[in-house]
Amino acid sequence: MTGDPRKMSCAEFQAQLSELIGSGEDVAAHPHVQGCDRCRALLAELETIAEAARQLFPSVEPPDEVWTQIESALKQEEK
Amino acid sequence: MVGNVAEAEDLTQEAFLQLHRKIATFRGDSAFSTWLHRLAINVVLMQLRKKGLSLISLDEAMEPAPDEGPSRSFGAPDLTLTGAIDRLALERAVADLPAGYRLIFILHDVEGFEHNEIASMLDCSIGNSKSQLHKARLKLRDALRAQTSPEERS
Repeated sequence: MTGDPRKMSCAEFQAQLSELIGSGEDVAAHPHVQGCDRCRALLAELETIAEAARQLFPSVEPPDEVWTQIESALKQEEK
Repeated sequence: MVGNVAEAEDLTQEAFLQLHRKIATFRGDSAFSTWLHRLAINVVLMQLRKKGLSLISLDEAMEPAPDEGPSRSFGAPDLTLTGAIDRLALERAVADLPAGYRLIFILHDVEGFEHNEIASMLDCSIGNSKSQLHKARLKLRDALRAQTSPEERS
């Protein structure tokens, strides 16, 4: 165990990060992050990725053949 | 979610067949759209299971080999991903994620499911869902950085 979390190195903090997140801790409020621009920037980058994800994979309509195949598969099931 | 159009079309068909078989079991406890969405996700999960992603031992299945895990890049504050991320670059990076990471990332960050919903769908703990999502984002960050040419970095 490390002692004072403010004295934790970036390597130590980042090694624990997924565990801290999994435990539900508010990592942005972690004492190391409060005093570390580098780790704050890391968390900001991950948030940027999460925000960018919202514009991914706009819904795609399957082509007409797929609907035709589904229709015939359903008819097969009903036989 | 499966990263392959032909497979996605097959799964679309399978989802409709499942819907046809199970529609009578819909009790109206949730909105029909939620029920249908879950049914479709279950079809995807079944497929991933068939392809070897064990969802019973999700922790192990989603844990990539040590050399495949997200690297811990301590620092390099000059390499920020702030601002617009290229959508195609991100889609490519998501497609390259290991299946377990991709699933959690898409369910949470793209589809907007909550961790408790994901935990129930994937039969894992909420903490596991949160930590796997974090690892997926880290891996995407690494991939996006790797796509940035050295000239652009300076």
